[in-house]
Amino acid sequence: MSKKSLFRYRNFSIFSLLFLSACIENAPMDSLSPAGPYARTIDDLFWLTFWIAVGVFFIVQGALVFAVFYFRDMPGKPEPKQIHGNNILELTWTIIPVLILAAIAVPTVRTVFDLAREPENALKVEVIGHQWWFEYKYPDYGITTANVLVIPEDTPVRLEMWSNDVLHNYWVPKLNGKRYLVPGQKTYLNLHADSAEEFWAQCGEYCGLSHSKMRGRVISLSKKDFENWVNNEKLDAQKELPEGSLAAEGQQVYLNAGCTQCHVINGVWDVQGDRIAPNLTHFANRNVLAGASLDNNKENLTKWLANPPEVKPGTFMPNLELSEKEIEALIAYLGTLK
Amino acid sequence: MTKIVEPDKQTNIFRRPSSEYGIWSWITTVDHKKIGIMYGYAAFFFLLIGGLEALFLRIQLAQPDNNFLSAAEYNAMFTMHGTTMVFLAIMPISAAFFNYLLPLQIGARDVAFPRLNALSFWIWTFGGIFLYSTFIFGTAGAPEGGYLAEEVGWLGNAPNGGWFGYQPNAGFKYSPGTAMDYWAIGLQILGISSLVSAFNFIVTILNMRTKGMRFMRMPVFTWMTFAVAFLLAFSLPIIAIALFYVTFDRQFGTTFFLTEGGGDPVLWQHLFWLFGHPEVYILILPAFGIVSEILPTFSRKPLFGYPAIVFAGFGIAFIGFGVWAHHMFASAISPVAQAGFGISTMVIAVPTGVKIFNWLGTIWGGKLNLKTPMLFALGFIGMFVIGGLSGVTHSIVPADTQQTDTYYIVAHFHYVLFGGAMFGIFGGLYYWFPKVWGRMYNETLGQIHFWTMLIGFNLTFGPMHWLGLQGQIRRTWVYAEETNLGFWNLIVSIGAFIIALSILIFMANWMYSKRKGEIAPFDPWDARTIEWTIPSPTPVWNFSKAPEVKSLDDFWHAKYGEDEEGRAVRRESADDLLLQLEEEGLNPEEEIILPNPSYFPFVLSSGLPFIGYAVIYKSIPLALIGVVLLLVGAFGWATEPLEEEFNTAEEEE
Repeated sequence: MSKKSLFRYRNFSIFSLLFLSACIENAPMDSLSPAGPYARTIDDLFWLTFWIAVGVFFIVQGALVFAVFYFRDMPGKPEPKQIHGNNILELTWTIIPVLILAAIAVPTVRTVFDLAREPENALKVEVIGHQWWFEYKYPDYGITTANVLVIPEDTPVRLEMWSNDVLHNYWVPKLNGKRYLVPGQKTYLNLHADSAEEFWAQCGEYCGLSHSKMRGRVISLSKKDFENWVNNEKLDAQKELPEGSLAAEGQQVYLNAGCTQCHVINGVWDVQGDRIAPNLTHFANRNVLAGASLDNNKENLTKWLANPPEVKPGTFMPNLELSEKEIEALIAYLGTLK
Repeated sequence: MTKIVEPDKQTNIFRRPSSEYGIWSWITTVDHKKIGIMYGYAAFFFLLIGGLEALFLRIQLAQPDNNFLSAAEYNAMFTMHGTTMVFLAIMPISAAFFNYLLPLQIGARDVAFPRLNALSFWIWTFGGIFLYSTFIFGTAGAPEGGYLAEEVGWLGNAPNGGWFGYQPNAGFKYSPGTAMDYWAIGLQILGISSLVSAFNFIVTILNMRTKGMRFMRMPVFTWMTFAVAFLLAFSLPIIAIALFYVTFDRQFGTTFFLTEGGGDPVLWQHLFWLFGHPEVYILILPAFGIVSEILPTFSRKPLFGYPAIVFAGFGIAFIGFGVWAHHMFASAISPVAQAGFGISTMVIAVPTGVKIFNWLGTIWGGKLNLKTPMLFALGFIGMFVIGGLSGVTHSIVPADTQQTDTYYIVAHFHYVLFGGAMFGIFGGLYYWFPKVWGRMYNETLGQIHFWTMLIGFNLTFGPMHWLGLQGQIRRTWVYAEETNLGFWNLIVSIGAFIIALSILIFMANWMYSKRKGEIAPFDPWDARTIEWTIPSPTPVWNFSKAPEVKSLDDFWHAKYGEDEEGRAVRRESADDLLLQLEEEGLNPEEEIILPNPSYFPFVLSSGLPFIGYAVIYKSIPLALIGVVLLLVGAFGWATEPLEEEFNTAEEEE
């Protein structure tokens, strides 16, 4: 075996070994760890195709590597036979791929229609895309929330989606494939989580400056926990806070610094209709903020409130030039929004 | 023409330029070879810029939550990387090959319309300069009502709506500033250039073939050029209209893609990909052609199933117009459309497979001479197979809804366009190097280039499959540390720098060998097609006398026959033939009349950027300058006489 061909062969095999054995633990966006029936259907179809592709890969690359090694020029090698083609052979390698593809096409088409069908007894949720966060509405319960989609475990969920501005793309890799959110028309996506778990979501389509930070969480709860969550979400926020407390001070900052131009806290600031920013009524119950790009904790909130465009370039939330004290009070107030 | 009325009254300004050396000889040239070389160098320059942009992207992504680039800069870099590589690098490098080789392969002295050929080059050049002037003049910023923590630097003042320019994000409301106008109008100008050359090549192939060069005797590269020209001619009008819509939306308040005005953003996706998918084949078919030339030559065997390869190429080109919505499987299209486009995408894999198997059939049983062009051609097959197979996984619509918009897709199309198109192009650059420069490239450096590029390429784009399946989305400025994607991203970034190193090796080889390389014989590879029957470097007049072709691979059959077993046997007359060709090539018997150089393609094209600026800045003076240049160019073009008319006139005096 010549040096060159040996090297070539080794290069291929090391590469494919690395590729196949590279198992990343704890990848929350892993599309190969389905956690529900929809994602599992897709996963099955992917692996079916993948193994067929691997088979073809080894046949073709094997033939290539073999030919390079075996037919390479060596001293004394006679001139090759001048073969111009072979109809039977050519027909064979036209028809075999056709058959393989036809075999893949059947389950593909069936799955396409299966995935699109509206499931029975599904929980309906509206998903509205904004630059750069997802808003969720539960029409059956009258709930509006953001960043975190809460669903009951082992229950089909039907998402009805549209966008408020540019194209977005809703993706929870462990629960289903992606679907675009389009301004002016509705698209649909089904989710179904096997058990109580937290999933990551992400906007897939490039949607401007902070596209990469347009993330989300989907939390599936046991049916009882979900019921409790719904009942709590329906409540308005507490308007009267203990006088003199830091939280009460924070509420004043919230009401006076301009936050109410864009945000809503039910029961505290009576406004008609929607605002362009997330509804904050139960903010403290969400584990993420700022388009789910930050964990909801004091440190991150301070960073966010001090200069939002620093965290999410292009954001519609201006730097309100709040003082440290105001920020502290505001955080205390936001902490009461359970 | 023998009689010119009062030739002395003709002003010198209309006299044809005559410089044979220096800058003016290049600006005024209509020689397809010089134009090809200019295309090559200019496109390579943009390839380097596009590569630099890619390196910026890879530095930013080398670790999670990095801040090497700001979001605005990152978005501008990936937009310009894609736009540059597609429109300013791979397409024009292919055009360099078309220009230089097409007339040589069909035995012609030039293309059908030499001045039109110069025009398409200069329009392309001015389009590229116009697009890149965005870094100096363009502006970009947050969407209306949005805020930025810091001002956008010059790097971020480039188009930032993606090379696909999805609406309404790339519209005026969400991409204010002028940068996206530079993009839309820049692509419009570049499109004109491609349209012009498409028609030129079609006419050239239909009309300029030498005696005996029937269709089924044309080299496969010529066939693929023909297919690409048709693809350009049919797909570019679509993007031209879509870009006009965008420009009108942005500049004149129309609402083609704005929901508020009854428009539809999904329409843009349809129009863009109706162009964009044929565009993929515009990028890859030239490489198919190049590889189909290299493999038989270095295997010393004819191409296996020549008609199948030709028809498969046209099959791909034709079906290529019917698969566009597979770029939109996650978008607002119905399950019926998903199923239909999924199946059509599977169908296109069949002719592609035919090509690959026929290439394998070509090297099978051959006597493989593993020189650099051959290595790149073999590497092309290996890499393209990977890209093709991952492509089949995209046709599985449900699986694609997981993969679309992730790095899995980035990996896929780089295996097709880099591992495929670029490997083919590098193979071609080495293969025809002796014909263009009359010297041999350095084989050792060439082999080092191939291996570093193969390793760097796989290190860069191989792990991207994995990253995509692990959930890394495309066009992502940052990724969270918790996603655990950091390790493979670092490997990918290292791979990108290995590719950069391999490009430096290539450049060193090129520059050294062009001046100091061994003198090349006119047929260094014992090749098969008629461009190897003429001296290296190609003389200005190409062929001393119009060749006559009697078969496919005519030159090979002139040198070799077959024995009873079917093995190639060198004809006794071969040596004499080569001596005779060498003698004839440099000494044409009769006087050769070549197309005259002209100032006007340059003048005409120089008007287009001014018109572009005029649209962006709503400036009448700029529009006037542009239109005047355009008209002067067109008028001068139409009225300039041939050089012989002057000569005849002067002789008569």
